[in-house]
Amino acid sequence: MTDNQRLYWRATRRLTVGLLLVWFAVSFGAGILFREALDAASIGGAPLGFWMAQQGSIYVFVLLIVIYCTAMTRLERKFGIDQKGSDQ
Amino acid sequence: MSGPLWSWVFVGLTFALYIGIAVWSRAGSTRDFYVAGHDVPPVLNGMATAADWMSAASFLSMAGLIAFLGYGGSVYLMGWTGGYVLLALLLAPYLREFGKFTVPDFVGDRYDSRAARIIAVICALFVSFTYIAGQMKGVGVAFSAFLDVPQNWGIAIGMAIVLVYAVLGGMKGITYTQVAQYVVLIFAYTVPAIFISLAITGQLVPQIGFTSESVLPRLDRLLVELGFTEYTQTTKAKIDVFCITAALMFGTAGLPHVIIRFFTVENAQAARRSAGWALAFIAVLYTTAPAVGAFARINFIDQVNETAIDDLPAWFETWESTGYIDLDDKNGDGVVQYRAGADNEVVPNRDIFVLANPQIAGLPAWVVGLVVAGGMAAALSTAAGLLMVISSAVSHDLMRMTFRPDMTDKQELRWARISAAGAVVAAGLLGIFADNLGFVAQVVAFAFGLAAASLFPVIVLGIFWGRFNKQGAIAAMVTGLVTTFSYIVWFKFVDPDPAGWWLGISPEGIGFAFMWLALAVGVLTAVATPAPPDHIRQLVEDIRIPGAN
Repeated sequence: MTDNQRLYWRATRRLTVGLLLVWFAVSFGAGILFREALDAASIGGAPLGFWMAQQGSIYVFVLLIVIYCTAMTRLERKFGIDQKGSDQ
Repeated sequence: MSGPLWSWVFVGLTFALYIGIAVWSRAGSTRDFYVAGHDVPPVLNGMATAADWMSAASFLSMAGLIAFLGYGGSVYLMGWTGGYVLLALLLAPYLREFGKFTVPDFVGDRYDSRAARIIAVICALFVSFTYIAGQMKGVGVAFSAFLDVPQNWGIAIGMAIVLVYAVLGGMKGITYTQVAQYVVLIFAYTVPAIFISLAITGQLVPQIGFTSESVLPRLDRLLVELGFTEYTQTTKAKIDVFCITAALMFGTAGLPHVIIRFFTVENAQAARRSAGWALAFIAVLYTTAPAVGAFARINFIDQVNETAIDDLPAWFETWESTGYIDLDDKNGDGVVQYRAGADNEVVPNRDIFVLANPQIAGLPAWVVGLVVAGGMAAALSTAAGLLMVISSAVSHDLMRMTFRPDMTDKQELRWARISAAGAVVAAGLLGIFADNLGFVAQVVAFAFGLAAASLFPVIVLGIFWGRFNKQGAIAAMVTGLVTTFSYIVWFKFVDPDPAGWWLGISPEGIGFAFMWLALAVGVLTAVATPAPPDHIRQLVEDIRIPGAN
């Protein structure tokens, strides 16, 4: 690995860990572990913790992958990683 | 036109479409057959993945399950979507960068071991066969309930259709039929949901109708009056809800038929994008399902509870006559009482709600036909994806890579076709006889638990920890496989008493706990044994950097 690639890989791991923390927080955190506390608030007729478990977490999941794709594209540009040669 | 006629029209048209696509997209090489030539655009692969993933269980059973589990149904919603975040971030781009054909390919090459490859083949075959039997059964049920065809004939027809496009087109044919199947199934799912949402809440979008004051608060009140737990609560222990959700998530990320879909795109970046598209397409159904479930429960209570038996709606009689709803007027007052306890007089089968919903909501007959075609699309697309895993495991991993390395590409392609055909027949027979054994619903726990505990750890460690070696991988796979398998068999078939569950974790959730055990055993074994050779370290570094090899 070149230094550039090493830096790219470190940035990738950081991004991955950060996004996984959010992934854990919205599903296991908001939807399961702390749902009672969140249920004090509500979205329309749905208690917030319940809504996070059945709707909100899914929207956040989609958003997380979108953010990941965008951020990775930016990282690859920054570190000059070229995708084109990856097809064998 | 009547209901069955509409069903024939929709099913006939969609089947003709699938076969047409198969003929158009024949596979010419093993590359076409296994990975659709590596050039499927991310959006289309996302659609194909969504159809591949959403099975008969997602389409037909899930909303009904949620209707009766309430908050407890959240495990399926979060579990079967959250796994895609893991796939996109931890697996898909790296496995695509690795650039081969199958999951055992990765395990075999990364750990430089024939034994590891064969264990991975066993895991993949086991997971896929348990899953596919349920799909074939779903096709059979849809045929028998709506088209007046005996269930086993229905399975045979389904087998014939899949056989044509899987054997002819391989992954290429499957990919493009799955795209068509996604369009059919999502249309069939959302159209009735929109009508029902309008009827109950006045909202066009079911996801918004779901948050209306006239849905959940009313449902909670109604259920408490009838003696049930509130809809927004559950009686399940928190640790079990946590573990089941996690087992489904990690299991999703470890399922071979989902992973191989990401081998079909151009490069790592396309793999990431198509995971995002896949989840977005899946989310359309998965955020609609809880709304459909809640609406169905309200409709059921409104139309059945405290209704005179002579005044029951027509749909009720249809499903009662086919044995899917049990009615027993215990107190002999001629009126149906729907209650939580011993006074309850009506027991509906949860699987019928998606199929019965259009009738319950009084929608026109063609909507029913559309839903039947949608259910078939969901079952066939998943069956085809699973079939690919089975056939490539046999023709590529066993024949080409293990027993007959001197095979030519042409011979391997022939083997791939033969094993696809063999797998269809085996799956169909399993679907026919699994019914007699009555274990289809229970084996789903197997598929996810085993995928989570056996395949997921070795793939992720193989990418993120260069020091992880052959010995560690074999130890981890064997540990995950044996512990999860034994726990599920014990508590599902030998002694199903929940009192004996370890820490209160049900067999559905145990894969998550044993995944960590497998991980720990694997890491300790790897540390105690020699580091992998240099060319393996190089391979690991290459898959981390797109375009590096």
